[in-house]
Amino acid sequence: MNPYELTISQALKKMDTGELSAVELTQSCLDRIDAVDKDVRAFISVDRQGALFQAENADRQRKAGQGGRLCGIPLSVKDLLSTKGCRTTCGSKILENYIPPYDATVVQKIKEAGAVILGKTTMDEFAMGSTSESCAFGVPRNPWKKGYVAGGSSGGSAVSVASCECPGSLGSDTGGSIRQPASLCGIVGMKPTYGRVSRYGLTAFASSLDQVGPLCRTVEDCALMMNVICGYDEMDSTSVKQDVPAFSLSLTEGLEGLTVGVPLEYFTEGLDVEVQNIIRNSIEVLRKKGARIVDVSLPHTEYCVAVYYLIAPSEASSNLARYDGVLYGYRDMEADTLLDMYKQTRSKGFGAEVKRRILIGTYALSSGYYDAYYKKASQVRTLILNDFKTTFQSCDVLISPVTPTPAWKMGENTEDPLAVYLSDILTISANLAGIPGMSVPGGFTTEGLPVGVQLQAAHFQEEKLLKTGFNLEQGLGLEQRKLDI
Amino acid sequence: MKISKKEVEHVAHLARLTLTEEELEKMTGQLDNLLSYVAKLDELDTSQVAATTHVFPVSNAFREDVEKESLSQVEALANGPQHNGVTFLVPKII
Repeated sequence: MNPYELTISQALKKMDTGELSAVELTQSCLDRIDAVDKDVRAFISVDRQGALFQAENADRQRKAGQGGRLCGIPLSVKDLLSTKGCRTTCGSKILENYIPPYDATVVQKIKEAGAVILGKTTMDEFAMGSTSESCAFGVPRNPWKKGYVAGGSSGGSAVSVASCECPGSLGSDTGGSIRQPASLCGIVGMKPTYGRVSRYGLTAFASSLDQVGPLCRTVEDCALMMNVICGYDEMDSTSVKQDVPAFSLSLTEGLEGLTVGVPLEYFTEGLDVEVQNIIRNSIEVLRKKGARIVDVSLPHTEYCVAVYYLIAPSEASSNLARYDGVLYGYRDMEADTLLDMYKQTRSKGFGAEVKRRILIGTYALSSGYYDAYYKKASQVRTLILNDFKTTFQSCDVLISPVTPTPAWKMGENTEDPLAVYLSDILTISANLAGIPGMSVPGGFTTEGLPVGVQLQAAHFQEEKLLKTGFNLEQGLGLEQRKLDI
Repeated sequence: MKISKKEVEHVAHLARLTLTEEELEKMTGQLDNLLSYVAKLDELDTSQVAATTHVFPVSNAFREDVEKESLSQVEALANGPQHNGVTFLVPKII
């Protein structure tokens, strides 16, 4: 087995026994990037020198009997997270040359745990999208089938892990941006409870929905990364003071006494038959593992997309007002007046999807329309949140598809944004309600495209998700398919 | 029509964006589409429902009022598209 194919847990064991060094592992991942990234486009920037320097440090720490929980593990980081001294573009021309003067809290945490940061990954511009096709610096490709989307917005993060360029990545999820690409690329991805992980240094898209989380190849690795990144941070005023359990310890517990709910509204028309069969099969696996399966209802599901596409753009229009060409980023140098400078900078710096969302948000918040749009959406958000609160009184975990279909062809629906927005229907409610959700590989379609299973739980119940995900992964025992790249 | 070209042009001005005629045409159609879709929220009577802006209401997340290290002037200016080493520069205002 090549070092780059190892999972985080496998690589840690080999480094613990001295069989493998952090430098060897990092070099193996860098070689893999050199070999495949021209085809899969997972990275915007790769920091070869920095990565090898960090790996040497990790080896020194290991020799001295020190080093954190990820000592010597190479990871990629979504280009929406600030990395000190390392270019952070958010996939946008407007930040093409932006070099952050500080690390995001999660970046600092993985560094302190000894991780080696390989580089920054491709993504939809400012995380606004479901295919990563709006990235200004290369579009990631689904490694399982040529010409198919990787998903998004954390598409590059998912592809880097699925293509074995690295064993793990940090992404962000505002409406499914970790779970959906994880599902379409056949890996594990988790969106933690809102407030569980610090958002400090995560470039803001929709502040009441954004959350950082891990992408990796196994549930065990996901638990490990969660324990590194979770926790209160005084730099994020919405960070929650809540104990973080040792997630890895409860993975192997059985599912006796656990109730898994099947939300009726998630299995409606438009759901691909193969996706449906894979989810039904996963439900049977959980039943065999001891879980009790019950039907549940989330009656306001059909309103989620409408609520989301008012609230997220409203928050985005406010958050993105900061890109005005004054403090950092691109500036149009030809404009003579301040107003023209703002307008030209923003018009040339932002792509079409970002402009579209800024316009929707500005309109929804503008005087005369606020009550009809933003306020109305915020009220329906309460109903969606209440649906989950009621449901979690009678079950512990919800099981459903992540997306109604497997990955689709690149370039489809680019002229019809609403069609793509509607594909987010199964993931966005978790963000609106602030609950944790994860995607675990459930199988492959006959065409060879991966399909993920979504698990959701009540606030701060990530432990239940990881335990259920681990049981599902073990119960399914999916063969390790080889990519032909 | 839920929104007119003229309204989109006004909203673009509020958002400090300039749209080409082609962009304006396309955006108006796409925005109109979306606004027609979100009108489905009107099916629900929410007159008695409180709004949720944040899942966990946080108020006044204060910290101790103690001095901390912050960015140096050099670091703060480093990404500025135009500065004179002391302040950021913008086109003349008055």
